Amino acid sequence: MESHVVVIFPHPDDESFGTAGTIAKFREEGVPVTYLCGTLGEMGRNMGKPTFANRETLPQIRKQELIDACNVLDIDLHMLGYRDKTMEYEDRQEVAQHIKQYIEDIKPSLVITHYPGYAVHPDHNAMGAAAIEAIRMIDEAERPTVWTHAIANNRVDVLGEPDVTFDVLPWFDKKMEAVLAHASQAGGMLERFKSYEGPSADEKKAAQKRLGREQYYIWDFNKA
Amino acid sequence: MEPIQIERVQEKLDSFVNRDVYIHIETTNGAYASHFDKSSYNVGAYVRNASIAFNQAKIVGDGHSYRVGLKMDKGWIYAEGLTDWTMHNGNQLLMAGHDREGRLMVALQISETPFDY
Ligand SMILES: [Zn+2]
Repeated sequence: MESHVVVIFPHPDDESFGTAGTIAKFREEGVPVTYLCGTLGEMGRNMGKPTFANRETLPQIRKQELIDACNVLDIDLHMLGYRDKTMEYEDRQEVAQHIKQYIEDIKPSLVITHYPGYAVHPDHNAMGAAAIEAIRMIDEAERPTVWTHAIANNRVDVLGEPDVTFDVLPWFDKKMEAVLAHASQAGGMLERFKSYEGPSADEKKAAQKRLGREQYYIWDFNKA
Repeated sequence: MEPIQIERVQEKLDSFVNRDVYIHIETTNGAYASHFDKSSYNVGAYVRNASIAFNQAKIVGDGHSYRVGLKMDKGWIYAEGLTDWTMHNGNQLLMAGHDREGRLMVALQISETPFDY
C-alpha cells in the first residue's frame, strides 16, 4: 500500500479530470493524498456556461473551485503560486527545487504528474518536466515511484500502452462531484464530450466514456 | 459581463484619454485547439500591464461585435471581436469577446492601476 501520494499538476481541474478516480481509490484505502497545484488557471478561456466570470474575477473563482474540489476528494492542497500559461518560461531548475522541497518534506511513496512532451498544454509539459527533475535530484534509495499522465493523441503510438490502468467507474460519482466543483470549467468540457457522441447522447454516459479510465506510464529514471 | 453598450463604453474610453494607463490585451484560441482539431492552429498573444497613454479612443461595431482602437503618440493598439464589457472594481474597464460557448477569444482592458500579476 502507498504511504502518501503527491499529485503535481499546473491547473485547478487537472486533478479532477485527470486523476480524481485514482485519488478517490487511494483515499478510500486511507492513503493520504496531497495536491501541489502550480497555478490558479488565471488564463482559462472558459468563463462558465452561461458566463459568470471574467479575466479579472476568474483567479479567485478558480481558487475557490479548487479548494472545493480538494474538499470533495478529501486531500491536502498547496498552491505553488505560478501563473497560468507561463510555466514553460520559468526557470526549470528553480521550479524543480521548489517542488523538491515539498517532496522531501512529505516523503511520498508515489508521485503523479504529467508526461512531459505528451501532455498537450505547455504548462502540463513544463510542470511534469520540473516534477521529474525534482525527483531525479532525490537520492535513488529515497525516490518515490512516478506515474505520468499522457494526453497527446499519439501517446499510444509513440509510448505504447500505459503501464497502469484504473477503471474508475466504482468512484465515478465522486470523480464527477470533483469535476463539477470546477463550475467555471466543467460545463464547456462536459458539453464537448457530449458533442462527440451526437445530439441524443446521455451526458453521464458521454463523460464516462472520456473520463472512466485513468492511465499512467511509470517513469523510468534510468532511461536517457 | 454584459453586452457592449457602445455609448457607455465610448464614455469610459474617453475618460482614460491622455492618462497613464495599464493595458491588458490578449487573444487566444486555447492551448488545445490543434489537439481537438488537427486542422487548426494554436495561436495567441498576451500583454499584461504594459504602461501606455493614448490621445484618442474609438469603439466601432455593428450592434453585436465591436472593435476598439487606441491611438498613441507613436502607434496604435486595437482589438477586434469584442462583445461584452464590465467595470471591474469600479475603475477597470474590461472588454472581451466570447464565442458561442462563452469562451473568451479576445480581451482588451484598461486601468489606471495595474492589473493583478
Ligand atoms: Zn491543465
